[in-house]
Amino acid sequence: MNEKKQLRVDPIKNGTVIDHITAGKALQVAEILNLKQPENLIMIGINLSSNKMGKKDIIKIENRKLSKDEVNSIALISPNATLTIIDDFKVTSKQKITLPEKINKHLICPNPNCVTNIESVTTKFSVSNHDPVEVRCEYCEKTYRIENVKFHF
Amino acid sequence: MNHLVSMRQVGKDDILDLIDLAEKIETGKVHPDLSGRLGALLFFEPSTRTFFSFDTAIKRLKGRSLAMSGSGTTSVKKGETLADTLMTISQYADFIVMRHKIEGAAQFASEILDIPVINAGDGTNQHPTQAMLDLYSIYKTQGTLENLKIAMIGDLRLGRTVHSLAQALTDFNPTFYFASPRHLQMPKHIKDELQNKHIKFEEIEDIKPVIPELDIMYVTRIQKERFAVLEDYEKVKNAYIIDNQMLEDVKGNFKLLHPLPRVNEIKPEVDSNPHAYYFQQAKNGVVMRQAIISKIMKLV
Repeated sequence: MNEKKQLRVDPIKNGTVIDHITAGKALQVAEILNLKQPENLIMIGINLSSNKMGKKDIIKIENRKLSKDEVNSIALISPNATLTIIDDFKVTSKQKITLPEKINKHLICPNPNCVTNIESVTTKFSVSNHDPVEVRCEYCEKTYRIENVKFHF
Repeated sequence: MNHLVSMRQVGKDDILDLIDLAEKIETGKVHPDLSGRLGALLFFEPSTRTFFSFDTAIKRLKGRSLAMSGSGTTSVKKGETLADTLMTISQYADFIVMRHKIEGAAQFASEILDIPVINAGDGTNQHPTQAMLDLYSIYKTQGTLENLKIAMIGDLRLGRTVHSLAQALTDFNPTFYFASPRHLQMPKHIKDELQNKHIKFEEIEDIKPVIPELDIMYVTRIQKERFAVLEDYEKVKNAYIIDNQMLEDVKGNFKLLHPLPRVNEIKPEVDSNPHAYYFQQAKNGVVMRQAIISKIMKLV
């Protein structure tokens, strides 16, 4: 492994690698995973060259395993991402992220007149289109492109 | 069926079941009995015909109603949450009919209450009982809901009745023509849904060439109250006005529907045209609401 390559993809001992993120989406993934105030080692690569994708983003997070909800949310903004779990420098599982049918509580409905923004209600969305990803609020029934919807965890 | 909140939750079988029940109620074949039961009519937004239509339906079923129209006189004005208002009133009534300007309010109510909820309109979102009475009117005049050519005219962007009706008809292989001023076109999410279900539809500016092909023309009001700027309303209010001359070449089975109230989009001369059906449509609303209440209150 040459020095240049090592600088780019430093291995982590334990944690999660989110690879094959759609180029340019890594910062949005980082925001969803609330990586703004990191306690652990985090590496974010943007516009790395990829044989399969041309360009891709990658995020490595040390000492953190993602919840199912977090994985689902990544799928919404980068449906082709892959998830690798690392234990003691070894890959223990590798999975392709799949788009969920329903997303509960982690999306905020952009419609200010939606009951979820007025009463104390947990949001519920369903995925109404895969490419581009669109979600429909189960309350006000409005449909939004995913890039126009805010997440919260 | 425990609630009626959105046409999305009403399948083809439910639609045909409700139409069948409405027909039986109208022809006196069944007599559902709501006596001893109380329906709360919670109209947080003012309404005339939907309110009276429900009130009449409850009374025709021998039930009783308690009513609120507008939120000005209620604790809502004092800052009470919708949840608290609904929870309190659900302690008095056996079912709730509600209209609210907040979108998703009826869905929310159906989740927090132990009693049935009927959505009588939530903002620009759904108005399922209007869709059901429209379907009943179409069925009564055409003898079927299948394979019909239907034009929707007017404010298709903000008018919730056309959204609910278009969605409800997707199981019946319709062909739609949507005629509206450019900035009041059918919303993308409805058009996407139609496309996904392979429903034929065309957006047109001039309605006249398609009139001889139509089975149903559904005209809606350009709603003044939905415009923030009055000037914008003045620009489009006269965009589509139906008169007798336009209806000269219609098919024999053709009917003209309108959810009412009308302003000027159908000329009064059309009222006596045998193809005009909007007042009968309003009458059908009472029967259909009797059927809906009977169904969710498990009277039949």
